[in-house]
Amino acid sequence: MSVAERPAAVDARRAAADLVAGLPPTPAVWCSGLRKRYGRQQAVADVSFEVGRGEIVGLLGPNGAGKTSVIKMLLGLVHVDEGEVMLLGRPGADPAARARVGYLPELFRYQPWLSPTEVLALHVRLSGIGVTVAEQQDSLALVGLADRAGDRLGGFSKGMQQRLGLAVALVAGPELVVLDEPTSALDPLGRADVRDIVLTLKERGVAVLLNSHLIGEVERVCDRVVILDRGQVAASGTLAELLGQRELHLRLSDVSAEAEARLAATGQVDRTGDVFTLALPADDHGTAVPDLVRDLAALGVRVHAVEPARITLEERLLGILREGAAARSGDAR
Amino acid sequence: MTTTRTVLTIAALTLREATRRRVLMALTVLTVALIALSGWGFSRLAAESGGSALTSGEARLTASIVLNLVMFGFSLIAALGTAFLAGPTVSGETESGIVLAVLARPIRRSAYLMGKWLGLAAFGSGFVVLAGLVQCLVVRATTDYWPPQPVTALALLAAQTTVLLTLAVLLSTAISPMASGVVAVGLFCTTWVAGVVGGVGEGLGNEAVGRVGTVSRVLLPTDGLWQGAMHAFQDPSVFATFGGEDVEAFPFLSSSPLTATYLAWAALWVAMVWGLAATSFVRKDL
Repeated sequence: MSVAERPAAVDARRAAADLVAGLPPTPAVWCSGLRKRYGRQQAVADVSFEVGRGEIVGLLGPNGAGKTSVIKMLLGLVHVDEGEVMLLGRPGADPAARARVGYLPELFRYQPWLSPTEVLALHVRLSGIGVTVAEQQDSLALVGLADRAGDRLGGFSKGMQQRLGLAVALVAGPELVVLDEPTSALDPLGRADVRDIVLTLKERGVAVLLNSHLIGEVERVCDRVVILDRGQVAASGTLAELLGQRELHLRLSDVSAEAEARLAATGQVDRTGDVFTLALPADDHGTAVPDLVRDLAALGVRVHAVEPARITLEERLLGILREGAAARSGDAR
Repeated sequence: MTTTRTVLTIAALTLREATRRRVLMALTVLTVALIALSGWGFSRLAAESGGSALTSGEARLTASIVLNLVMFGFSLIAALGTAFLAGPTVSGETESGIVLAVLARPIRRSAYLMGKWLGLAAFGSGFVVLAGLVQCLVVRATTDYWPPQPVTALALLAAQTTVLLTLAVLLSTAISPMASGVVAVGLFCTTWVAGVVGGVGEGLGNEAVGRVGTVSRVLLPTDGLWQGAMHAFQDPSVFATFGGEDVEAFPFLSSSPLTATYLAWAALWVAMVWGLAATSFVRKDL
C-alpha cells in the first residue's frame, strides 16, 4: 500500500466499521430449518426461531418434542442434519460462537473429583474470558454454594449439583444463557432463586433460552414462548399474542333466543347450565363487556354474575397440542 | 481460547483426575511391592553368585532375564492403569454427561480429545519411566548390573504404553468405559502371547508359526516395542550364552534391536489410530 492510498483506505475501513456499528444487533440465537434424525426417528423436523438480545424465550412442549435436541444442536453438541445456526452473530459451527454462551444441561454432571471452585476455574479457563477469582466466588454465592466452595462434588446432592451447574452457566460473563430444565432437581426455594436469577439476567441485558416443564415459571419470566410438538414449532409468539384471548364467565337466567344471539355476536359461547363462557375478541379495547351487559339487560336477561377470566399458558399449551393431535388423527383417517 | 491452551488445560485436568481418583495411589502401592520383591530376589541372586554357585556370565544372564520379567510386570501395570483410566475419562464422561458442559465452551472436540490423550500419555509414560528407573537402580545396587541402553529401553516402554492407551482412547470413543478397558488389555495380552508363539516358531525354524508374531507386531505395535525395550535392558553377552534363535524362543529375551522402519510404523500407527479416535469423537452426537 502506498502512502497516498493509506488515508483513503483508512477512511473506507472506518466507514465500513460505522456501517456495521449502525446495524441492529444480531440476535442471540437464530436458527432456521433445523432437522435431526436418529435412525428412523425424526427427532427435529424443520425448527426455526430466534432469541433477541436481552430477551427471555421459553421453550415448551411435551416429552419427546425435540426441545433438548434443539438446544444441543444450537450448542454444537448434536450434529445438524439440515439447517443453520447463528449464536451471537457467529455461525454455530465455529466454536468461538460459544465464547459468551453459558449452558446448564438437562443432564447436569460435573467432575466429582473437583470442588465447585475448581470447576468454575476450569470453565473460566476454557471460555478464554478473564474472570477474577472474586467474581467466580460471587457466582457460587449467587446460587447458594459459597460455604461448600472447597468440598469435593462427589458428596453433593442433585440439587446442589444443579445449583453448581447454574453457577457454571453464569460464571464467564455470558451474553446468552441456555438453561435446560434448570429447576428439575430443586426445592421450591431453589426454584424461586432460579426465577430471580433469570430476572436479574434480563435486567443486565443477557438473553436466556429456557426449557422448562414448569409452565408457571415460564409464564412468569419469559417475554416470548416457542412451543414444540413432534419436532416442529407448533406455535410461537409473545405471551400477549399467545394468551391474547380472554374469557368471560357469565351467570344468567331468563336467556331468550335474542339474548343468545347477542352473546354469540361477541364471541364463541360455551354453556354449562346457567353459566356461559364467552371468548372475548383479541382486539377488544374494554368496551365489549359493558356493551354486552347493557344489551343483555335490555333484552330482559337477569345477570347474576360477570367474571373476567384469563386463559393460562398451560390451557393454551394443552389446546395447541390437542389441536395438533386432532389434526394428525384427522389426516390419518 | 487457543487450541494449545485447551489441550494443556484438559491434559492437566486428566492428570489431576488420575491422582484424585486414587489411580496413582494404587499404582504406587503395586509398584513399591514389585520393586521390594524384585530387590529381595536380586539380592538373593547376588548372594548365590557370590557363593560361586553361578558363574559371572550366568549371573548377568539371570539378572537380564529377571529384569525383563519385572519390567514386563511394570508395563502390564501401566497398560492396565492407562487402559482402565482411558475408558472412564472419555467414554464415562460422555455417558454421564460431564462432557456436555465442557464441550459447550468455545473449544474444539479434537483439542479436548488431544488433551485427554496427552494427559494419559504423560501419566502412563511417566509411571513406566520412573518405576523402570527405580528398578534399574535397585538391580545396580544389588547385583551391580546396569542395562546397556537404559534410556532407549525406558523410552520404548513409554512408547508401548502410549500405543496401548491410544487404542484404549479409540475404543472409548465407540464403546462403554468398562468394555474399552477390557478389550484394550485383552488385545495387549493377545499380542504378547502371539509374540511369544512367534518367537517359539522362529526358534524351532517354523516360518508359519514365526509369522504369527510378526503380523501381530504390525497390527498392534505394543509387543514389537516391548521386544525392543527388552533388547536394550538385557546384557549383550546373552547371545554368547544362547544361540540367536534360542533367544527368540525365550519370552523374556530379545535377539535383535528395533529397526527405524518399525519405530516409524509405530509412530504412524499411533497417529492413524488417534486420527480415527478424533473422527469418531467429533462425529458423535452427545
